[in-house]
Amino acid sequence: MSFITVRKLWKEYGDQVVLENLNLNVEQGEFCTLVGASGCGKSTFLKMLLGQESASRGELLLEGEAFPEEPDRNRGIVFQRYSVFPHLTVRQNVLMGLELEQKPWFGKLFGAARREALEQVDAMLESVGLGHSADKWPHELSGGMQQRLAIAQSLIMRPRVLLLDEPFGALDPGIRGDMHDLLLKLWQETGTTIFMVTHDLKEGFYLGTRLLVFDKVRNDPHNPQAFGATITYDLPIDQTDQNLYEDINNSVNQTARHQAA
Amino acid sequence: MRMINRHPGRVSATLLGLLPFLLIMLIYSLASQERLADNPNDKLLPGLEQMTAAVDRMAFQEDRRSGDYLMWQDTTASLERLGLGIGIAALLALVVGILNGVLPLVRSNLAPLVSALSMVPPLAILPILFIVFGLGELSKVMLIVIGTAPIMMRDVAQRVRELPGEQLIKIQTLGANSWQVITRMALPQVLPRLIDAVRLSLGPAWLFLIAAEAIASTEGLGYRIFLVRRYLAMDVILPYVIWITILAIVIDQCLRFTNRRLFPWYNTGGH
Repeated sequence: MSFITVRKLWKEYGDQVVLENLNLNVEQGEFCTLVGASGCGKSTFLKMLLGQESASRGELLLEGEAFPEEPDRNRGIVFQRYSVFPHLTVRQNVLMGLELEQKPWFGKLFGAARREALEQVDAMLESVGLGHSADKWPHELSGGMQQRLAIAQSLIMRPRVLLLDEPFGALDPGIRGDMHDLLLKLWQETGTTIFMVTHDLKEGFYLGTRLLVFDKVRNDPHNPQAFGATITYDLPIDQTDQNLYEDINNSVNQTARHQAA
Repeated sequence: MRMINRHPGRVSATLLGLLPFLLIMLIYSLASQERLADNPNDKLLPGLEQMTAAVDRMAFQEDRRSGDYLMWQDTTASLERLGLGIGIAALLALVVGILNGVLPLVRSNLAPLVSALSMVPPLAILPILFIVFGLGELSKVMLIVIGTAPIMMRDVAQRVRELPGEQLIKIQTLGANSWQVITRMALPQVLPRLIDAVRLSLGPAWLFLIAAEAIASTEGLGYRIFLVRRYLAMDVILPYVIWITILAIVIDQCLRFTNRRLFPWYNTGGH
């Protein structure tokens, strides 16, 4: 039995088919990147993994059990924006998860327990490169720093799955490279299973262990919503070459044009 | 250069701001002088002299009949009612607004009622308040509460719902239960907005206070103004109006300052 099992999964909103017949097995510790044109259901699939959306048909299993229907502490998430709390400093943002877990009613830690938690927090901040910004407010950080904070905030909970929804989409290309290095480092250290949605096909091609391309096999030019997307390529990362990259790129671009038409 | 692109410097901006005040004072004093020249006992446009004398009589001399300093007595009575009313209203707004904003079940249950209540003209139910709560303090405080709470409730609920959906998901992935979502995410982010809502509600609150005092009271700023109206005592009314305005400005600025001190993240672009 694999860690995550997806069997004949469909997602529909009324007449609109978003995902059709998705099949997938993911082992613990894999780093999957999800690419595809806009509207091809990658974010929808991520939301289903998160528990924000449920399947119309088919099965989505975590170690043989159905996924919980609401977000929980086993699945961390980093969005493109707004993932950190503006009313808490950097350190308080990371501390939040530990406090919520240990104090269901009061939601705050004091004394020795707080000191202990803060040690963990500071170590986490250090490892994402925010050690010197611990007492700043999020709005004082750059976009890249805010995403580092969002990742730290999730990882301190040691989630079983970390979900990233275009986490670097709003960052400058140079910063993006740094973030890739950081993410790979953290992934190797924690061994968390990661799903990352990205627009950037190149990003998907060298980050992680597995590339999942979401694309539409069938396109109806008169009714772009009649057919859903499915996983058209499922590739181990080290087997990718330039020709394949171009093939996928062409196919994804063509779907994008159909969507827009 | 286009008018829309012409900006005043700091000094000229201050002068431009002061100009209307000076103009009003000038026009008033000219008109007042003219009337007083015709009739030294004129009551409609009292000069500075008459007004200082009136303030001195009201604020710094014991009242001959009761032995109280009337202006201070009026001020404390009014501020007490105002503070109590707006305080209760803010508390109600916070509780109802947050529950409305965070819990869909409560929202379906309460939001229509709150919307309907906020449409009721508060002064129209003042007689009901007098009948139900009597002519004492309670009915005046209730008028302020009823007049300002529903709008603040809607405002708070709206602010909660404006918090990014990403935050709500994120805090759930950190393991928060519904109570923690309220206490650690919604409440702290809504408090500074509540203070802003209170600042906006102070205008209506003063209106309801003075209306209630005018109709049934034995002390208070509004009561005094409406009492001396019978004697055309503009020399008392005008200083009282200025005093109320000053109080309103001071309260507003205190709240603004409190907001800045308590929530540094809010006023520096953190939301």
